[in-house]
Amino acid sequence: MKAVRAFRYAAPATFYPLAGRLQPVFAALAIGLAIVGLGLGFLVAPTDAQQGEGYRIIFVHVPASWMAMFLYCVMAFWAAVGLAFRIRLAAMTASAIAPTGALFAVLSLFTGALWGKPMWGTWWVWDARLTSTLVLLFLYLGFIALQAAIDDPRRADKAGAILAIVGVVNVPVIYFSVRWWNTLHQGATISFTKSASIAPTMLWAMLLMALAFWMYAIAVVLMRLRIVLLERESHTEWVQHAVV
Amino acid sequence: MGGYAGYVWGSVGACALAMTLEPWLLRRRRERVLGELRRLRAAPAPLRPSAPASIRARPRQTA
Repeated sequence: MKAVRAFRYAAPATFYPLAGRLQPVFAALAIGLAIVGLGLGFLVAPTDAQQGEGYRIIFVHVPASWMAMFLYCVMAFWAAVGLAFRIRLAAMTASAIAPTGALFAVLSLFTGALWGKPMWGTWWVWDARLTSTLVLLFLYLGFIALQAAIDDPRRADKAGAILAIVGVVNVPVIYFSVRWWNTLHQGATISFTKSASIAPTMLWAMLLMALAFWMYAIAVVLMRLRIVLLERESHTEWVQHAVV
Repeated sequence: MGGYAGYVWGSVGACALAMTLEPWLLRRRRERVLGELRRLRAAPAPLRPSAPASIRARPRQTA
């Protein structure tokens, strides 16, 4: 019975008001978590023995990088659901995720360059981790450009979904690049198989910031999805009522 | 910040700027779309102008 109730929200008309109610909750959570995370990271976490104060870039660089990879997987998942089951809302969700994912990929590369310059002496190297993250940005941009280039939204959704699904192979390449190849980029700070290589306060600050970025991503994706719904469903009765 | 201030605050500032700009731009886009939809709704049916570019008439979809 609960599953049937959940499917009700696959209809744009019922999902639109629900997204409107949830969006401020996620935005408030993002702000709250970011305040606590930044406070812990900049006021409590100790100075790093090797990288001094410069390591504090980790509190934005790692969350941005994780979100860039994670959002790509989520985008590919919803694109695949939209393709397999012809659910419009799923395809629209994938479209709404792409710009935010691309933004996180840009932030990952930019903050990485600002970290690389003082630590490695260079803004950029054609290292496996950096290059595969750049490819991730191009995949996001390719997805956005492909969908924008096709007028018929159903065909745009299909073409975008195929690109998103094929491109997902790049995500494990990014994640494991520091293990598979000899890279300048440092290895994973935390892993599922061994304990974290940083102090607990550093770890908590980083995890809180990752959670804040996650909540932010949900909030803005819901905002964009509501706009996409209004644009694509402008001919329907429920949109006519929603704009009053 | 031990000589790293520009790099650290540059990173935090870029994230803060991007994460403020994105919702602001989305809010503007939403207001524009709602304004266009309201204008279309207000226009009398025979004189109703064609939908603006951002709200192009989309073919009806199934499912």
